[in-house]
Amino acid sequence: MQAFTQLTGITAPLDRANVDTDMIIPKQFLKSIKRSGFGPNLFDELRYLDEGQPDQDASKRPINPDFVLNFPRYKGAKILLAKDNFGCGSSREHAPWALLDFGISCVIAPSFADIFYNNCFKNGMLPITLLSEQVDQLFEDTQANKGFELTVDLETGVIRGSSAGDIAFSIDSFRRHCLLNGLDDIGLTLEQTSSIKRYEQKRQQQAPWLFN
Amino acid sequence: MAAKTLYDKLWDAHLVKQQDDGSCLIYIDRHLLHEVTSPQAFEGLRIAGRKPWRIDTNLATPDHNVPTTFDERAIGVEGIEDPVSKIQVVTLDDNCDEFGITEFKMQDERQGIVHVVGPEQGATLPGMTVVCGDSHTATHGALGALAHGIGTSEVEHVLATQCLIQKKSQNMLVRVDGDLGEGVTSKDVVLAIIGVIGTAGGTGYAIEFGGKVFEGMSMEGRMTVCNMAIEAGARVGMVAVDQTTIDYVEGRPFSPKGANWDLAVAAWQDLHSDADAEFDHVVVLDGAGIAPQVTWGTSPEMVLPVFANVPDPAKEKDDVKASGIIRALEYMGLTADQAITDIQLDRVFIGSCTNSRIEDLRAAAAVVEGHQVAKTLKQALVVPGSGLVKAQAEAEGLHTIFTNAGLEWREPGCSMCLAMNADKLGAGEHCASTSNRNFEGRQGFGGRTHLVSPAMAAAAAIAGHFVDVRTFN
Repeated sequence: MQAFTQLTGITAPLDRANVDTDMIIPKQFLKSIKRSGFGPNLFDELRYLDEGQPDQDASKRPINPDFVLNFPRYKGAKILLAKDNFGCGSSREHAPWALLDFGISCVIAPSFADIFYNNCFKNGMLPITLLSEQVDQLFEDTQANKGFELTVDLETGVIRGSSAGDIAFSIDSFRRHCLLNGLDDIGLTLEQTSSIKRYEQKRQQQAPWLFN
Repeated sequence: MAAKTLYDKLWDAHLVKQQDDGSCLIYIDRHLLHEVTSPQAFEGLRIAGRKPWRIDTNLATPDHNVPTTFDERAIGVEGIEDPVSKIQVVTLDDNCDEFGITEFKMQDERQGIVHVVGPEQGATLPGMTVVCGDSHTATHGALGALAHGIGTSEVEHVLATQCLIQKKSQNMLVRVDGDLGEGVTSKDVVLAIIGVIGTAGGTGYAIEFGGKVFEGMSMEGRMTVCNMAIEAGARVGMVAVDQTTIDYVEGRPFSPKGANWDLAVAAWQDLHSDADAEFDHVVVLDGAGIAPQVTWGTSPEMVLPVFANVPDPAKEKDDVKASGIIRALEYMGLTADQAITDIQLDRVFIGSCTNSRIEDLRAAAAVVEGHQVAKTLKQALVVPGSGLVKAQAEAEGLHTIFTNAGLEWREPGCSMCLAMNADKLGAGEHCASTSNRNFEGRQGFGGRTHLVSPAMAAAAAIAGHFVDVRTFN
């Protein structure tokens, strides 16, 4: 997994609550058996004016000029500002894959849906939860300044660049450690093989019907 | 010993190890797989040269992509017309064959929607941890299991280690007291709950559904309720084990037998929250106050009783909520304060992991029997949740009732719930759907979904618009 330490980039504001995973990546693009290539279809129904299909040439499709990620000033955005309950709905990991493939590896919102939040960390992405007032401040900064960039520093737990000064954020220590070091969860768990085997032996005695 | 909730008990029984930083390793008893969220996980195993930890805990079936027409299904996988869907189904078959995982393939009578198949086979049991790369895995909590959806990286993690790295959620009790009125179903109950707590109300919580209404509910009804816990933001929904649970599980193909059955039943007696257990949050509803529900907007929390009018944003004081209402009304093609019963429908869908079990089909058939689908409707689909549900329904003659009334009787799969196969809405079409999500575009590009119970969907199919099933004849 790619490590996440510090990120500086254009910040795009998506002013909408309850953005669901169907919106982030519609179902017709879930048919791929790969982890990559979802970027052109990120927010497909919002980004384009036609109905998206797999295997289209995205450069030939009519874009929706009113959708924020299509504004020239947010081209190349690496950080997404969002509203409450971002990523609600299905467990599809294609949602973080699509954001990452598009170039966004950090999402800042007042709250996230649990499964989406969890899926981000498995892919070297950082979802940051801030207070609503702090997120509103960042929306204002972004909208007021063309080319507005933020710097997210996971090591120190600080977001720099807001007109209101540095903003501290916190991340669960295990997840932070994995992200900073780009650690593979499976490899870490397999280091616990003897604990897992001990558990299985004990459990088999208590609940033999689970071991056939 | 401190009093425990059901969730506490299930968590503690599966805790392999707690790290100093508070992260926990949790053991997984049952892993269900389908074709959409597993290919990248198997690929990950191959690249890393890893083998599944315990093959026998895995059970797979294709459901999201499979066609539901008889003709496309008749010739097997080769008959899937959409080449991209076919690749996913074939890939699941190949992966299961390669790793030796039990799979109910598309032509197997036991194939179906993974959340219908698991309980039906006794593959999900009380007291188990159950995971699947699908957010509606909460369904299995109806059996007193700890069940939740996971992403594809976690599918790979479970395959490789039989464990997940987790943080414990908080405990929430949703208690529905009293009795439900005639014509009010489990679907109405869960929609009403989501209407009260909101789509993010359960975020960070494991929800236990308790109270007289759930005690008196069938297993199918409990599955409908737990299925939609995620629509309230909670990964986990569950109901305590009682005699209804045990009667349901007994005798199923994967259920314990003989001496193991007796041992299991004895152990399952403890699968309820202790009387003095404390919850972090408690929500109480009165069952008698719940009417048949219809969603009018683009989030499951945008729900009202069938006799209500859709909201008027001008009357909403909160600006954020008002703009949400305006956006939803525009997408749904509705006018402020319009009566829900005036919404004209284009299609009806009866199916999905929420409502495709035998009880759901019986309820829908009872409503349509002797009637004809409204001429204004383009299509009314009935899609059973599994091959075995289909066979049972046919043995009871339900398929004839549906087809005589002008509804289409299909082969099992997820179908129009998420429109990954050919069953979908056209832009601007209104659908009365027994599924679980009314997000924009969920059932097809520009499609407009209204979530309802099977009986309400059936009544709407006959009337061509929403009607209160309690007064429908």
